Amino acid sequence: MKDVNVWYSDNHALKNISMTFEPNTVTALVGPSGCGKSTFLRLFNRMNDLISSFRLEGMVTIDSQNIYSKEVRLDEIRKKVGMVFQKPNPFPKSIYENVAYGLRVNGTSNKKIIDETVERSLRQATLWDEVKDSLKKSAMILSGGQQQRLCIARALAVEPKLILMDEPASALDPISTAHIEELILELKKEFTIIIVTHNLQQAGRISDSTAFFYLGELIEYNLTKKIFLNPDNERTQNYITGRFS
Amino acid sequence: MTVIDNNIQQLKNDLLQMWSLVINQMEKARLALINGDKNLAREVRVNEKRVDVFELKIDMDSESILLLKNPVAIDLRFVLSVLKINYNIERIGDYANAIAKVAENLSGPIPEDILQSTHLPEMFFTAQTMLQESFNAFEKSDRTHVNLLFAMDEKLDKPNRIANTVIGKLLRDRPEDTMMLLEALAIIRKLERTGDHILNIAEELIFYFDANVVKHKKMLDDN
Repeated sequence: MKDVNVWYSDNHALKNISMTFEPNTVTALVGPSGCGKSTFLRLFNRMNDLISSFRLEGMVTIDSQNIYSKEVRLDEIRKKVGMVFQKPNPFPKSIYENVAYGLRVNGTSNKKIIDETVERSLRQATLWDEVKDSLKKSAMILSGGQQQRLCIARALAVEPKLILMDEPASALDPISTAHIEELILELKKEFTIIIVTHNLQQAGRISDSTAFFYLGELIEYNLTKKIFLNPDNERTQNYITGRFS
Repeated sequence: MTVIDNNIQQLKNDLLQMWSLVINQMEKARLALINGDKNLAREVRVNEKRVDVFELKIDMDSESILLLKNPVAIDLRFVLSVLKINYNIERIGDYANAIAKVAENLSGPIPEDILQSTHLPEMFFTAQTMLQESFNAFEKSDRTHVNLLFAMDEKLDKPNRIANTVIGKLLRDRPEDTMMLLEALAIIRKLERTGDHILNIAEELIFYFDANVVKHKKMLDDN
């Protein structure tokens, strides 16, 4: 990402952001509400395009491909980038169909391939053992934590390069949160993950790097240990120690 | 002021009180030894329990902050440093107590010529100045006080290095003072160790102020 500026009408939401993300790492985006971190996250799957007043300058690349280039098709990007939201949002379909959905949309109809992918994705999301005997049951019967892991499995099924997570555990109890955090650490072996979180302890537990945003600016981006032990910027220190005014 | 500010201020106040107590303990132990004042020595021995109580309280409060307040950045460095400084201050308190115990058990004050030959007065002065300077550095969060400590420690190392030779000669010359001379040697060792503990404190202060780890720096640099 290089020299990225984003506007919603006259609101300059992101200002001159340049960042790179190493493969197989977890990067946490932190900052007060309205600082631009969710806007930033949604740049990677072009979800901001749905907002009519959205305007972008600069370049966002995944595997050297500018994803805002006119030649790039949106469905190509969405295959590369999975997203998990704050509240679990399973489709009102069976557990199996939730995971198979992305494959079907992408034109895969081979049952054996879909079966294998569903099992692999559910295993990667550490949900397989809990649901393997009830794949045909509605996803809505699952607990909140299970639903969130199902949504992660759904994102994994299309084998993305990048997984975006927007406060994926904020609506979950501590046990479900711990499951999601363990899962994130497991998933980074195969995927690159960017996560928005308001939970600074969570950022400390799971991320390799942390970026602090404030009023649309990237204030500091560094290794998580450095940010939490000795941040360079006073605003970062004030924010993470709860002395922000 | 945030909730953690209150906790940290309280922790700082407690540590400063303990530090102040240990500074007094060392001064009283010195006076008891030089003057052969057994009452003052007993006072130090009684107050040692207060040092121990402070140590336990500071340990527990630090653990509570780590557990419940999730400190980060400068707050985290502060609590980690306090935990280690607390241990070192308590050890210095132990040395003051041990010196007082010697003063309590000696038949009288250590003669002036033995004090001068062993450099004990200068060692006390240096160790107590270092203790006060480290206190000032922590109280005022002032890095300049820390820098002084490393240079001062050499003034403790030198008399310690020659102590065996000096005491050996005195033992030959004054066999009737054998017990007193052996005690003097033990006190020299304790004052030298006091300097080492203050340098440990200085390293923790640097970590707190600058997030730099200077402990075992030479070994780490060599690797």
